[in-house]
Amino acid sequence: MSFINYSSREINCKIVYYGPGLCGKTTNLQYIYNKTNPETKGKLISLSTETDRTLFFDFLPLSLGEIRGFKTRFHLYTVPGQVFYDASRKLILKGVDGVVFVADSQVERMEANMESYENLKTNLAEQGYDLAKVPSVVQYNKRDLPNAVAVEELRGVLNTRGVPEYQAVAPTGVGVFDTLKAVAKLVLTELKKGG
Amino acid sequence: MGTQLVMYDEEYNRINAVCDRLTKDANAKVVFLVDKNGQLISASGQTQNIDTTSLASLTAGNVAAMGGLAKLIGENEFPNQIHEGARESLYMTIVGSRVVLVVIFESSTSLGLVRLRVKKASDELAKIFEALLKKTESPGGMASPFAEISDDDIDNLFSE
Ligand SMILES: Nc1nc2c(ncn2[C@@H]2O[C@H](COP(=O)(O)OP(=O)(O)OP(=O)(O)O)[C@@H](O)[C@H]2O)c(=O)[nH]1
Ligand SMILES: [Mg+2]
Repeated sequence: MSFINYSSREINCKIVYYGPGLCGKTTNLQYIYNKTNPETKGKLISLSTETDRTLFFDFLPLSLGEIRGFKTRFHLYTVPGQVFYDASRKLILKGVDGVVFVADSQVERMEANMESYENLKTNLAEQGYDLAKVPSVVQYNKRDLPNAVAVEELRGVLNTRGVPEYQAVAPTGVGVFDTLKAVAKLVLTELKKGG
Repeated sequence: MGTQLVMYDEEYNRINAVCDRLTKDANAKVVFLVDKNGQLISASGQTQNIDTTSLASLTAGNVAAMGGLAKLIGENEFPNQIHEGARESLYMTIVGSRVVLVVIFESSTSLGLVRLRVKKASDELAKIFEALLKKTESPGGMASPFAEISDDDIDNLFSE
């Protein structure tokens, strides 16, 4: 839920990266963190296990610049993708303004993608959100791997709504900023409508 | 999607005044106010060496996790939390269900004093936030500055 401060002239929005375990959510944030100017970003906070799996969330605050005299800030979060961390995922979705669904393109992760996608819808619905109405984009990650499924097939199950979609290789940054810009745009456009 | 948090000059000044006063009265090092979604609302005291954005997000994560635990055991939430460190301690209290008041103080400061002052401040803050919510929900509320933005404005943000 965005926070508009007329006094300090700031607007803060929350974007959540969702998707199955190991699909590359944390890698997206790490790439963004490494490639942005120090003055536009805060610390990247990762609450993770010894083996670098997200335990609770990753958090990265970014400033995008000003719109009509208001500083726009985006708070990027990732959820833990492992199935048994569902309680944590629900908490992180609270107050979300935009969602990036990161899919793992590998054929053996198709079921995990679908399960996570359903889980996203369920958890949003529990809080009274409808995925169809929340600004969202889909990222098909791990396009570099030989066992990647054709995009048409991924789209057929994960993007029947036809939201903006991007192919990505998160460790090298392919598609990472395109994805972020697209969701940020949708969120701002929604604010414009909602105002 | 619930009501968006909106802040205006009048309430913002009142909130900052309450936090400033609490910092002095409770002999605190820092006082800050965070919304439950992790956005920083106000910070008073010696904030120079503190990463307030990270602090806000972790506070919200902590309160969310404790709230989840509370529900598991049949409580609605744990309204107050105290974390005692060797040198610094941290007291968190939930204000009117939407915001969290956090006080950081030296462990030598009396916890009783902190509790007492926090209680008073949080009652005042709860009233201010109630008024704020009413204002936001009233149809004559201030128009969003975003109602007039153009697609170009949005594109320009991403132009580098
Ligand atoms: N080949 C390849 N590897 C990737 C890609 N994206 C991420 N990885 C690797 O996949 C592994 C898991 O990535 P993470 O970003 O930690 O995955 P996650 O989605 O945060 O996983 P959880 O925290 O468990 O939910 C890491 O070793 C990454 O380097 C990609 O596009 N291609
Ligand atoms: Mg992760």
